[in-house]
Amino acid sequence: MGQMMPKIAFLTGRRTMVGSIAGLAVLALAAAGCGNSSNSSSNSNTGATAAHKGGTFTILANSAFGVADPAQNYTLEEWQLLIDTHDGLVGFSKVGGLPGTKIVPDLATAIPTPTNGGKTYVFHIRKGIKFSNGQVLKPSDFVTTFDRQFTVPGPTSFYSSIVGANKCSTKGCDLSKAGGVVANDSAYTLTINLTAPDAELMDQLALPFAYAVPANTSTKLTGNNVPPGTGPYMWKSYNPNTEAVLVRNPYFKVWSNVAQPDGNPNEIVEKYGLQVSAEVTQVENGQAQEVFDGDSIPSDQLTTLNSPQYAGQVHVNTLTADYYMALNTSKPPFNNLMARQAINYAADRSAYVKIYGGPSLAVPACQILPPNFPSYKPFCPYTTGSQTVWSAPNVAKAKQLVKQSGTAGDKVVVNSTNDQVGTALAEQMVSDLKSIGYKASTQLLTASNQYPFIQNSANNKKWDVAYSAWFQDYPAASDFLNVLLGCGTIHKNSDASPNIAEFCNKPINNLITKAEADGSTNPTEAASLWTQVDHMDTQQAPWVDMYNPKQIDFLAKNVHGYQWNPQWYILIDQLWLSK
Amino acid sequence: MAAIAQQAGTTELRPAIAGRSPWALAWRRLRRNRIALAALGLFVLIVVLSMAAPLYTRDVAHDSNVLYPNLNGKTIVNGKLAPVMQQGGGILKLGESPIGPTWDIHHYFLGADNIGRDVGALLLYGGRASLQIGVTSAVLCCVVATLVALVAGFFGGLTDTILSRLMDVIWAFPVYLLAISIATVLLTKSSGIQIGFLTVSASSLWTPTVIIGFIYVPYVYRPVRGQVLSVVNKEFVEAAIAQGASNVRLIFSEILPNVVSTVIVLLPLMIATTILTEAALSFLSVGVQPPNVSWGTIINNGQALLYTRPWVSLAPGIMIVLTVLSLNVLGDGVRDALDPRAKLRVG
Repeated sequence: MGQMMPKIAFLTGRRTMVGSIAGLAVLALAAAGCGNSSNSSSNSNTGATAAHKGGTFTILANSAFGVADPAQNYTLEEWQLLIDTHDGLVGFSKVGGLPGTKIVPDLATAIPTPTNGGKTYVFHIRKGIKFSNGQVLKPSDFVTTFDRQFTVPGPTSFYSSIVGANKCSTKGCDLSKAGGVVANDSAYTLTINLTAPDAELMDQLALPFAYAVPANTSTKLTGNNVPPGTGPYMWKSYNPNTEAVLVRNPYFKVWSNVAQPDGNPNEIVEKYGLQVSAEVTQVENGQAQEVFDGDSIPSDQLTTLNSPQYAGQVHVNTLTADYYMALNTSKPPFNNLMARQAINYAADRSAYVKIYGGPSLAVPACQILPPNFPSYKPFCPYTTGSQTVWSAPNVAKAKQLVKQSGTAGDKVVVNSTNDQVGTALAEQMVSDLKSIGYKASTQLLTASNQYPFIQNSANNKKWDVAYSAWFQDYPAASDFLNVLLGCGTIHKNSDASPNIAEFCNKPINNLITKAEADGSTNPTEAASLWTQVDHMDTQQAPWVDMYNPKQIDFLAKNVHGYQWNPQWYILIDQLWLSK
Repeated sequence: MAAIAQQAGTTELRPAIAGRSPWALAWRRLRRNRIALAALGLFVLIVVLSMAAPLYTRDVAHDSNVLYPNLNGKTIVNGKLAPVMQQGGGILKLGESPIGPTWDIHHYFLGADNIGRDVGALLLYGGRASLQIGVTSAVLCCVVATLVALVAGFFGGLTDTILSRLMDVIWAFPVYLLAISIATVLLTKSSGIQIGFLTVSASSLWTPTVIIGFIYVPYVYRPVRGQVLSVVNKEFVEAAIAQGASNVRLIFSEILPNVVSTVIVLLPLMIATTILTEAALSFLSVGVQPPNVSWGTIINNGQALLYTRPWVSLAPGIMIVLTVLSLNVLGDGVRDALDPRAKLRVG
């Protein structure tokens, strides 16, 4: 599969840098579907009814999402809007709860069965669909879409298994000529040929990178001009300093209520630049409808939101994401397994949870895969008592391991972001390290500098522990276990090397390879292998996993129809406004 | 003749008028300035309180580990044991709030910060760091600027041109931008800063001290160089040259004593400026690094608690205001004392 850089420190206010960090959604399978949301969230798509249509839905976001070109932008903030303006061959079902993780056909009429040993997919494209500029959708539009994955700088590795992709670069790409993406406009089919079977291809095709744009779209970066799409809305304007405005697409007609239902508000506006505290106040006053769910609400106002008067306006959902401290396995002391396990035993995860906002907003974590994720089976060796749920640090055991490792007294630099949460997490980590005999200090950088800094192996002599976070791209175990801890995702001297710990364990990597190969042919076996990989990684302790976060949606009183999709989070266009 | 002798004898019996040095005269003038003395008293009080931080934590708060997070800690509030961090209420129970001021000197007098530390203790330890950095960097800055100004002013010509342009280049950068840039680079050096055989750890208080001292050198250099230029051609200097005095002797024995009053006038004002700069840099997370604290870092920690726990930010803010105010008033007093005709004005 090989997707890269899919991450944001979502609730800590880490914003995306173009082409670098991103955020994406989650699979909190139990969460929304099982009533983990503080408020009832419908699991079925109610669709747009005439009575619900109308009004302007205003979102307030602290900052914009960078360059808007869908081939480059890798942020949840824009993706939450792109799902309302564009479509792919397939998509995640646009409903709340567990069904929202299901892949359904969108611009394709059906999900094809692969042939040629799992390497060829033939999609039949729906007829009669128009882009928001009036152009008719044709299979050849997808050729441009996929070519742009390589000509526009972005995370091209999502689609690097397409035949001919290895010859593409930002200078040019012709997947059609190479036989990777072949369109037949008369038969209305699109054939995708892969170099090797890829069990996650459908997940990757459902991401906004693969959303159809007209064939005549420039193969260069379109900047802040979003090319036309086929969804119920279209981009009227986007100015990163002020606002983005989406209005109804006059050519849109519903072809699949599950993949792309019609939207409710007439206009969706996202405004930028306010402090989050001011955003909360405006939504409390009904001047706007939503505080962008990536903006971290200050602790002060969290307390305010506990008031019964906001009970119907606040929604809390569990995310499939990890907040962790990567341990630098390329140098002492953490090239030593016992040293890594020691800090895992010593880490007071309840303190980290409190820093994030308390047990209502985070759950202590020990293992790599988040709860309720495919292949997840509870496993927590780094605690006292039960080996499945973290309860308390085991400092005695940690001290014993430090002594055995011979690393006591070593200097340890804890790298983190210099925002409130990042700083506090680093300080707690320093305290935990000191409690077991290390001489620890902090190294705090701005979020935009910190993530590239810790990824680049040229800097790995400068830090020992690095704070990071990861949100799933799509619900697949490999998105954590291979992307973050596989040998193949260490890219030397690159700012885009998501295996921050530089952890490479050959036996585990062999299992990863096997699990990926089995994914297409024997999913049950593959799932079991991923579980094994997760537990083996956890025992090797390349990270101190701190917690799995939850997310808050705060909406105005006049907003109804809340649905939380595990992949896209809040479904903005499905909300409706009372008068 | 006898009368004259008598008169002369009478004259010799009168007590001689004691000669007073300019420093003594300045001190006398300063002593008469009660506002300046009050400012000095306030500053000394703040220094003493800050120096007493370990006594507070050991004998009053009974917590020797006050600089580290205490998220799971407990304290006594109204005679009952209570958690330092309290979970939000209601159905949702969102957020964790630190306890507010207990007004009990032994138990979180000013409440806790965002990671459960005693704000009172942080205030005192923060004062130590802020004052240490402020005073040291101002002294460092004044010493370096004076030396450079002496060399530039004394030698003149190409030396003066090069040194002055170098200072202009540093001056041309916005102070905070320059400080943030330098700090960001230095903070990523885990091995610390290497100056000859000296190694300064990146998280040491010396890092912001050196940075702040460096960025303000041109601000002191300019007026001191002006003074040097005005002194260098005076008769007493020419006389010393005629006597064969070496350049080093001319600079340090003839010129320096005549420009040092300018530096002394500038010093308290520079300390006030450097304390403010340190607070600003620490507020932006590029100054004092955890687990050390300064008033700026405490204000930063209190940002998200402004509505419910304002004392976390207010207390260090008040301390900064009082310190800077006292130093500015004292600086004015020193200037009036040393330069009663007020030829030198700063700011």
